Amino acid sequence: MGATVSPIRDPLIEGSKSYHDITVDLVRATEEKPGTTWTIAFLISVTFLMVLVFCIGWTIWHGIGTWNLNRTIGWGWDITNFVWWIGIGHAGTLISAILLLFRQKWRTGVNRAAEAMTIFAVMCAGLFPLIHMGRLWMAPFIFPYPNTRGPLWPNFNSPLLWDVFAISTYFTVSLLFWYTGLVPDFATVRDRAKGMRKRFYNFLSFGWTGSAKHWQRWEALSLVLAGIATPLVLSVHTIVSFDFATSVIPGWHTTIFPPYFVAGAIFSGFAMVLTLMLITRKVLKLEEYITIEHIESMNKVIVATGMIVGVAYLTELFISWYSGYIYEQFAFFNRALGPYYWAYFGMMFCNVVSPLFFFSKKLRRNIKFTFFMSIVINIGMWFERFVIIATTLARDYLPSSWSFYVPTWVEIGIFLGTLGLFFTLYLLFTRVAPVVAVAEVKSILKSSGDQYVKVNNEHHEHMQHDFSKAVEQNKSYVTHAAEAHDSH
Amino acid sequence: MVERNKDLIFGLYDDETELISAVKQAKEKHLDIFDVFSPFPVHGLDPVLGLEESRLHVAGFIYGALGTLTAFLGMTWIFTKDWPIIFGGKPHWSVPAFIPITFELTVLFAAVGMTVTFYIINGLGPGVTNPYLHDRITDDKFCIAFDSHHISESDAKAFFKATGASEVGAKHI
Repeated sequence: MGATVSPIRDPLIEGSKSYHDITVDLVRATEEKPGTTWTIAFLISVTFLMVLVFCIGWTIWHGIGTWNLNRTIGWGWDITNFVWWIGIGHAGTLISAILLLFRQKWRTGVNRAAEAMTIFAVMCAGLFPLIHMGRLWMAPFIFPYPNTRGPLWPNFNSPLLWDVFAISTYFTVSLLFWYTGLVPDFATVRDRAKGMRKRFYNFLSFGWTGSAKHWQRWEALSLVLAGIATPLVLSVHTIVSFDFATSVIPGWHTTIFPPYFVAGAIFSGFAMVLTLMLITRKVLKLEEYITIEHIESMNKVIVATGMIVGVAYLTELFISWYSGYIYEQFAFFNRALGPYYWAYFGMMFCNVVSPLFFFSKKLRRNIKFTFFMSIVINIGMWFERFVIIATTLARDYLPSSWSFYVPTWVEIGIFLGTLGLFFTLYLLFTRVAPVVAVAEVKSILKSSGDQYVKVNNEHHEHMQHDFSKAVEQNKSYVTHAAEAHDSH
Repeated sequence: MVERNKDLIFGLYDDETELISAVKQAKEKHLDIFDVFSPFPVHGLDPVLGLEESRLHVAGFIYGALGTLTAFLGMTWIFTKDWPIIFGGKPHWSVPAFIPITFELTVLFAAVGMTVTFYIINGLGPGVTNPYLHDRITDDKFCIAFDSHHISESDAKAFFKATGASEVGAKHI
């Protein structure tokens, strides 16, 4: 369909693939036995997952006192990690929803894995507010349901309750969107499988047949879900930022927080997508489907959002000075030159300075450099949340209450443990489901497969060299294109 | 829903352009197509096949509106009638503070409602096993199926041959 695409676009599928090649390549990982790289990575992840289980058990058994939170610093690593993980999740929805509305074709190569990342990251994030309650069994009380205590309701005016609704809605919608996209691909795996595997994938595929009416409704559903997921994803980090912005703490009480948090979330999310995709494409040999073109597109998003974050940092500094309010001024003075100055400068370097390297096209298309940068940005964005939360709380209004916060082994263990949970789920996902959306990649083959783009490209170059000559040749290229079209 | 208990004659095509031209020819000859199957959504097929636009988004709007009302009226009732509490000296009916949750429930109801509707009207769901005609339809083949009560076998085979089908088969589902 639509065999003509702008000749300046590079192909998104390399290796002159046919539809059948795409099926074989993308389903392969679910059919083969996992290799040693996968097994080792899985064992390491599961070990960290065990650390998570142990440290959460320790926290619940002994109480929240096993963390180094105190009267001044009520939020430490826990909420830092919560905001960090939620932010990471945002890139998945951005790729699958916003880029679907913008009709960006490179989306199809990475959307499946990015959405999986969203779901797993939100699971890690949701864990922190729950265990921060200390008494985990009290968690159901945050939901409004008719109860025997009055009925007593939660406070609907509180941003913390808005967060409960925002994050549970976000998780549910992301899961439905992701799974509905997976159903046709599970059917593809099912129709190639035998025995137990066939029954397993038949269950997962929900009995998908590929009927024209089903596809029509599937596309209608995807489009509407994308349409409502777009404001949803913006609302989620906006509401997370309200947790801070609606307070009266200097350094938190700022109106710039919602857009600044959303941009930061997309920034860190794309960094995590890159970290995952660069490893995935290598290990699962998907270089022809997740091309340099995809990587460059994501790096462009990183430059754009990185600069938004940079502008937000500088605006905050300016406004704190301009406000003439000494507590606000001190909050920012303390961030930059107080006891946690290293976190502030780490954040400034990783998030503001380092993305600027991506203005160079050469570096944007350099895989090793991109991988290195994706880690740097993830660290930088973690520092950002730490600076906002812990640094600010460590120096409040009363100097007699000032304190210095370092995490205990339990808090460190829980953070490393969530990384274990995240990677365990991601690694399992790469073995059960096709990590690249099979049906969606097939649907862009005729417009973005290299065998089709090449024909258009050659045509375009000739047009530039010699217009009159090209007009004559035009006929032969059109037939060439038509032949290539027919033979696939 | 997926119809059952039919004798189908089907032809498989290797490319979606062949499929669309075959569907066009079938329509010109007034042949009654039972269904068309493809490995991915083929753009331009729906108008040729004469499928009406899906009304799923209308359902989505209704579910969303239901979510808006549930959230807003629910919070209003709770904070003005059922258990009025003063938070920070604010009015009981503090509308701006209700906006975030109202928005979230609108999205939640619309998404869950539409997705559940999608699976129910398509006859899909966990544990459902639907009959399918050929293993390669979810891979790289495009299929047109006729109900054998509406077309003779020889006519169907002649049609498939004329339109360039790579494989022809019959199956009772």
